[in-house]
Amino acid sequence: MTRKQKRLTIIGTGMGFLALAAALTFYALGQRTSYFYMPADLLSQPAQAGERIRLGGLVEAGSVVRGDGTRVRFAVTDSENTVEVVYDGILPDLFREGQGVVTEGAFGPDGVFVADTVLAKHDETYMPREVADRLMEEGVWQE
Amino acid sequence: MSVELGHFALVLALALAIVQAVVPFAGARLGSQTLMRVGEPAAVTGLALVVGAFAALVAAYVQSDFSVLNVWENSHSAKPLLFKITGTWGNHEGSMLLWVMILSFFGGLAAVFGRNLPPTLKANVLAVQGLIASAFLLFILLTSNPFTRLEPAPIEGRDLNPILQDIGLAVHPPLLYLGYVGFSISFAFAIAALIDGRVDAAWARWVRPWTLAAWAFLTGGIAMGSYWAYYELGWGGFWFWDPVENASFMPWLAGTALLHSAIVMEKRSALKIWTVLLAILTFSLSLLGTFLVRSGVLTSVHAFASDPTRGVFILAILVFFIGGALTLFAFRGAALAPGGLFHPISREGALVLNNLLLTTAAATVLVGTLYPLLIEALTGDKISVGAPFFNLTFVPLFLPLLTAVPFGPMLSWKRGDLLGAAQRLQAAFLIAAAGGLAAYFITDRASAFAALGMVLGFWLILGALTDLALKSGIGKAASSVALRRLIGLPLSVFGTALAHAGLGLTVLGIVGVTALEKEQILTMRPSEVTGIGDYSLHFEAVRPVTGPNYTEEQAVFTIYAGGVARGEIISAKRLYTARGMPTTEAGIRTFGLSQLYVSIGDSTADGGLVVRIWWKPLVILIWLGALVMMTGGAVSLLDRRLRVGAPARRRSAPVPAAEKA
Repeated sequence: MTRKQKRLTIIGTGMGFLALAAALTFYALGQRTSYFYMPADLLSQPAQAGERIRLGGLVEAGSVVRGDGTRVRFAVTDSENTVEVVYDGILPDLFREGQGVVTEGAFGPDGVFVADTVLAKHDETYMPREVADRLMEEGVWQE
Repeated sequence: MSVELGHFALVLALALAIVQAVVPFAGARLGSQTLMRVGEPAAVTGLALVVGAFAALVAAYVQSDFSVLNVWENSHSAKPLLFKITGTWGNHEGSMLLWVMILSFFGGLAAVFGRNLPPTLKANVLAVQGLIASAFLLFILLTSNPFTRLEPAPIEGRDLNPILQDIGLAVHPPLLYLGYVGFSISFAFAIAALIDGRVDAAWARWVRPWTLAAWAFLTGGIAMGSYWAYYELGWGGFWFWDPVENASFMPWLAGTALLHSAIVMEKRSALKIWTVLLAILTFSLSLLGTFLVRSGVLTSVHAFASDPTRGVFILAILVFFIGGALTLFAFRGAALAPGGLFHPISREGALVLNNLLLTTAAATVLVGTLYPLLIEALTGDKISVGAPFFNLTFVPLFLPLLTAVPFGPMLSWKRGDLLGAAQRLQAAFLIAAAGGLAAYFITDRASAFAALGMVLGFWLILGALTDLALKSGIGKAASSVALRRLIGLPLSVFGTALAHAGLGLTVLGIVGVTALEKEQILTMRPSEVTGIGDYSLHFEAVRPVTGPNYTEEQAVFTIYAGGVARGEIISAKRLYTARGMPTTEAGIRTFGLSQLYVSIGDSTADGGLVVRIWWKPLVILIWLGALVMMTGGAVSLLDRRLRVGAPARRRSAPVPAAEKA
């Protein structure tokens, strides 16, 4: 191999990997990211059943109902619109009625949001950022 | 009083850091030995001052001096002593001070152990260190002063976030910072080389041990953080692809690449420009990590210290250092003479492949971490990029890398023999395949993916062993000769083998827990029984317990295997009284390399308790592998060839950082 060929091999391999990485990245960004919604957003641009999204808001006061065993039902609200959520599992320590929450999952065919992940704030002064930002914009929640 | 002294020491340290940034640099420009010599005492005194400031803050925490704002916000008199001490860096201000202290520590080491460096190189290295230190000291003093007083002093503090009241806080941040900040030395050397317009093998011999030490610490820090999150958060996961985790993982990937390219540069004088660029990029990613974590731009489990006004300051530091370094590189990089040539199939070629894959993998992590921020800034949409993204991008890039690892050490420099290497690895491959097949049947054909992953893990471990066997002639020479040769092998060969085998162990752990994990969520009442894996859990009772600064409800389970009691597992809901904040304490019991993990939730109306149980096979290997990798780094550092390092070293060998710490 000449000097030039050796260089070209290395540069070619490098470019190949970069192209592969770029292709994978673009594909994955298109497919595997989930958008954040508040209940109000779902009126203007409804999420399709089965599409993976993050749904955030406040846990509506009085809405938490424990079903059989580990199944929990609650409502996520932005104080005007409300979405029903079901979740099977252990709720985070700081999950409380009237507090901020972010859930991740998809709508079932019956219009109920089936969450597989529920995130609450991590300490008593911290609110999920997406929720805090939006609630502040709308004047519902102040720091 | 000592708090004011600490503050004053920090101001003095800033003044000294500015001197350290300017005077030696000017000396190197003007060719003045006197000016260049200022760097060393400045670095050492600066270290002493920052250590003094840090000690003053620790003292304030230990004494629960709530007239200090920072102590009041993050401590409580009832907190155990260990958490009073570690609480010093369990908040934004204190952790920045720890960051700067470790930076000064490395600056001091470079000053003391760099006595045999060429004077201009040393002057420039210390000047760059001084510049970084001044930027961060200024940041602390202007935006994050931990010594602010509170008038009047409250009687009681607000306590530390309970999640942080754990031994993990004592180990994870210091290790992580030793890694993050350790790369500043490689960065300083790269900048000094660009200023000088000269890099050679001696430069690489200097950079390698520093990089290796930083890499070993970072490996330990990431692993420790992963284990901490695993047991503390009660979600049972070991890696969440959380932006904060990515922030430490990116410098690790780039640092691993740097480690390997520095070998090529030292042995073969090739890849000079690339190595210098990698040194810059690695520390840039460390700075980016500091920015992401400290500026509060992210929502994450680590969001305990967020204040966006500081973000702009760190962003400015980031832009200045990364932008400045890359600009310097653009102008001076080409002046560095390109080095030796090599055939694509060779040790160099293998290391280039390693570098290409590691850097592209790091790039995908970077994109996945920054993309949501970019989208939010541009469109206002909030998206989240999580595990599915990284499984689709990072994993396909990393698998070929892992497959290729055992080949690297088998190839000779300049021109290697791929077929020969494959033949020598034949046994390793066959045993690995047999191991994977055995695992497939032992687990009742649970998962073909797991079996393939196991093959990969065994392949890495056996490949590392094959390398040792070949280099010592086991199987060829008489066993006594081979044994003597094995003992006589350079330590760096053992270091390589350990690091690669450790990677294999981690792969086995990840595969085991990802593919073969069993999980159960159910409601249990006392005296009920449930089975998981080969074990059954008897829920005995719930009992209240009072700790030093919390109360908890402990759920006690007895574990049975084949009708025999195998011990207890206790999981608890804990309430920290000072903050009124509840936490979940997972109950974990280790059996061999696997663990039973129990996490409890709320009580149900009918007197039951929501219980989540995992059987996590081989999970210990994830962190054990990291520990083995770290040991590999330490063993390599002890290698005489690495220690002797710089030319004309007479008095004593430059001791790498790992031995000091």
